[in-house]
Amino acid sequence: MADPIAEAPDGLPAARSLRADEGLLREFWLAYAQSRGALAGLGLIVALLLLALFAGLIAPHPPNEQYRQFTLAPPMWEAGGTSKFVLGTDPVGRDMLSRLIYGTRLSLLIGFISVVLSLSLGVVLGTIAGYARGITETVIMRLMDVMLALPSLLLAIAVVAILGPGLINAMYAIAIVLLPHYVRLTRAAVIGEAGKEYVQSSRIAGAGALRLMFNAILPNCSAPLIVQATLGFSNAILDAAALGFLGLGAQPPTPEWGSMLAGALEFIQRAPWVVTFPGLAILITVLAFNLMGDGLRDALDPKLKR
Amino acid sequence: MLAFILRRAALVIPTFIGVTLLAFALIHLIPGDPVENLSGERGMDPARRARLLHEFGLDRPLPVQYAEYIGNVLHGDLGTSLTTHEPVLQEFVTLFPATVELAFFAMLFAVTLGLPAGILAALRRNTPADYAVMGASLTGYSMPIFWWALLLILFFSVQLGWTPVSGRIAVEFDVPAATGFMLLDTLKLGDWAALRSALSHLILPSIALGTIPLAVIARMTRSAMLEVLREDYVRTARAKGLPPRRVILVHALRNALIPVITVIGLQVGLLLSGAILTETIFSWPGVGNWLVHGVQSRDYPVVQGGILLVATIVISVNLIVDLLYGVVNPRIRHG
Amino acid sequence: MALLEIESLRVEFGSEAAPLIAVDGVDLTLEAGEVVGCVGESGSGKSVTALAAMGLVEFPGRVQAKRLAFGGRDLRALGDAERRSLVGKDMTMIFQDPLASLNPCFTVAFQLMEALRVHGTEEERASARRRRARAIELLRQVEIPDPEARLAAFPHQLSGGMAQRVMIAMAIACKPQLLIADEPTTALDVTVQAQVLALLLRLQREQGMALLLITHDLAVVAETARRVIVMYAGQVVETGPVPEIFEAPRHPYTQALLAALPEHNRDRERLKAIPGVVPGQRDRPRGCLLHPRCDYTVARCRDERPALLSASGRQARCHFPLDAAGLPTGGWRASDRLAREAGESGA
Repeated sequence: MADPIAEAPDGLPAARSLRADEGLLREFWLAYAQSRGALAGLGLIVALLLLALFAGLIAPHPPNEQYRQFTLAPPMWEAGGTSKFVLGTDPVGRDMLSRLIYGTRLSLLIGFISVVLSLSLGVVLGTIAGYARGITETVIMRLMDVMLALPSLLLAIAVVAILGPGLINAMYAIAIVLLPHYVRLTRAAVIGEAGKEYVQSSRIAGAGALRLMFNAILPNCSAPLIVQATLGFSNAILDAAALGFLGLGAQPPTPEWGSMLAGALEFIQRAPWVVTFPGLAILITVLAFNLMGDGLRDALDPKLKR
Repeated sequence: MLAFILRRAALVIPTFIGVTLLAFALIHLIPGDPVENLSGERGMDPARRARLLHEFGLDRPLPVQYAEYIGNVLHGDLGTSLTTHEPVLQEFVTLFPATVELAFFAMLFAVTLGLPAGILAALRRNTPADYAVMGASLTGYSMPIFWWALLLILFFSVQLGWTPVSGRIAVEFDVPAATGFMLLDTLKLGDWAALRSALSHLILPSIALGTIPLAVIARMTRSAMLEVLREDYVRTARAKGLPPRRVILVHALRNALIPVITVIGLQVGLLLSGAILTETIFSWPGVGNWLVHGVQSRDYPVVQGGILLVATIVISVNLIVDLLYGVVNPRIRHG
Repeated sequence: MALLEIESLRVEFGSEAAPLIAVDGVDLTLEAGEVVGCVGESGSGKSVTALAAMGLVEFPGRVQAKRLAFGGRDLRALGDAERRSLVGKDMTMIFQDPLASLNPCFTVAFQLMEALRVHGTEEERASARRRRARAIELLRQVEIPDPEARLAAFPHQLSGGMAQRVMIAMAIACKPQLLIADEPTTALDVTVQAQVLALLLRLQREQGMALLLITHDLAVVAETARRVIVMYAGQVVETGPVPEIFEAPRHPYTQALLAALPEHNRDRERLKAIPGVVPGQRDRPRGCLLHPRCDYTVARCRDERPALLSASGRQARCHFPLDAAGLPTGGWRASDRLAREAGESGA
């Protein structure tokens, strides 16, 4: 059914025919859609994306506007709550719902940037390590080992200690924490592929290293990388929240979910909604990415060898 | 066997050296003047600065500084805290048992509940029991620890009043720190009320910290068991007429434990990360709390020393897990 | 009273609406002390039949039978504990891949002594020393050199042949009445195969146990068994004594199996293979299961499923059983032969 893949003189695929790709996509979708959890995850993520994109339209209030008469107002359905503040307000009178909605934008952005940064650098380093072998490989991998020797949050804290607190620095810190996983994964995949015959014969036929790396080896490693990237998203969001909670990430008044929980302990008796909702938002988002990541892994499994 | 141990231990040394380099480099990477950072003094007059510069060895070439740093480390000198003026190593040693106690009970909780849950899920595959265990696991590791801890406090301490909110023991008890492990110290004292108080203070933090490892262990056990149960040797065990309990708990589990033990060992790094957050919420006087305060108050000797010590511990534990793996999986030993 | 009696055994897998029928109405009896060979291709249902007898067919497999008895006792009526006192003791089984069939985490000693602890004599169950001594004795019986040293070995330290001997030792540990050997030599080196087979036969003679030898290799069966059962696609298609069944097969499938042996193809350039494949889940023929692949198919074969007909101590499931000359009897005419269905040309 698929068109034969055109071959360039060195035996590597010249360009992939569109029909072949379409067929693969449909096959993949059918496999992915088999899991209800995976579909739920995808649905949630789409919903979150929409929330983030249209936060300005959806949120009832600006996230940083303080309503002095309404500090610590309870959620709408409790005694003393009003429909003006559906989920109540925080200790300085800011609307919880609006802050949570704007927080979606922040969390998704943090996740996206951290993962993209980390993935790009990780793939490059991993490919170099897997391809070059020798001393380059050893140096890179030892460096990764050192990074893995530190518990992830501690590493993030160390980076933030060097760079200073703040949302952007938190993103760098998280990218650094995620880096070793991508490097290891890419290197292992590259080593696995590089030993195969088609790579050897292409090399003999004269294919350059770069061409080999991008045309042949990387497409075959993409599946596990995609899965790890999705799961990396959830880790990034959790780590960002942790840093925010410790006061080392997003700084007030930024409506980041983790920092909204900082110092919430003292309000736990009077105003439990200040504690419950931001955490719930984190849980739902991370859950969505984990579900999608699991779904991707199951759907791509037989094709992991591609 | 000895050769195996030595080989594995040797592999760890470059990583350890790398960690020391990282800790050493930390001071030089932090923005600002290293002298100010190390001494905690701002706006010194030039003469004092020059003297401190020389005292800290910062005027010597970097490799020499590194050598001096290593030398100091091997002598147990990791600097002095800027806030408490106590030696960093001593503070760490005093506070570490609290973290260990917490981590130990968290892991105990995780393994005691996680292993049976995973086995159950594997045996009752695709039934409601399986979905319940897997669903709970997924939720467990999708939650931020600090939020989960807050929820636990909200429910058990505030609403039900069953457990205390913070600390290791009720304030009225004055327990001399003999081992540093509160449970052992209260036992030594023979004070049952104190022991009970210490136990009740351990419950919530252990549950909070242990939830993510619990989720991971349950998942891992389930998938390992599912694979093992399909193997030929399980069929042989059944063909021998062995009771089902023995087939599952001896023949299958023993093999399934191999990947699970690795996972348990790798949780240690995760536990230390989580301990940082858990100790903050529960005001638990351990190393995590200490480190966070160190970073927040720019107490760089603490940060530097803390990182080095924690990384060393993680590396050592990973090594032990590696060796344990060799014990548990005979094929590796003879390989 | 036969030692093992199986009547109308049916084993299905998969959904109830569209099941995969692994065993389709199999009758099998084994007398005490008999050596019987069970032959067939992969997918013929021979292994599953044995597993069903041992009670090793797991959910979602479904086992039904009119009769399933061992030593006169109805196996289906037994409770789990009772069945376990039979399986592994009086009725034992060894499998195809011995290295995979031994638990990699436990020593040979552990696995041998375990069988003794559960099923051994009272002495053996009580004393570890007694079990160890018996384990050494068993290893010697299966011709493993230096048995004391071997006890401490792990399976990955053994060769295939050695591992299979350990499996045999485990199986005969409690002096069973029946040993089922499911392709015991298929995974072994050629040189070792003959040794292991010889060992099995020697033990069978010495202990007087019945041996059910399951294999796809006719040559193995010809040298070892007294009686042969030929299976195809979950059914028994022929039974009979050795050597008659090989000299004059009654069923076309048996004839084809024999014709495919290298020994019978010395004058040809290519082995005469049986065209087509064993029916799978969805293409189980309405009539005779072999008819899409058989050389002699006529209309009746396509439409009517043959029953297992007995004649002078032999059985064949064919409308036109072959005579001594190898030609179909019962009114078969070459002119009635059906053209082979499209898409099933031979290899």
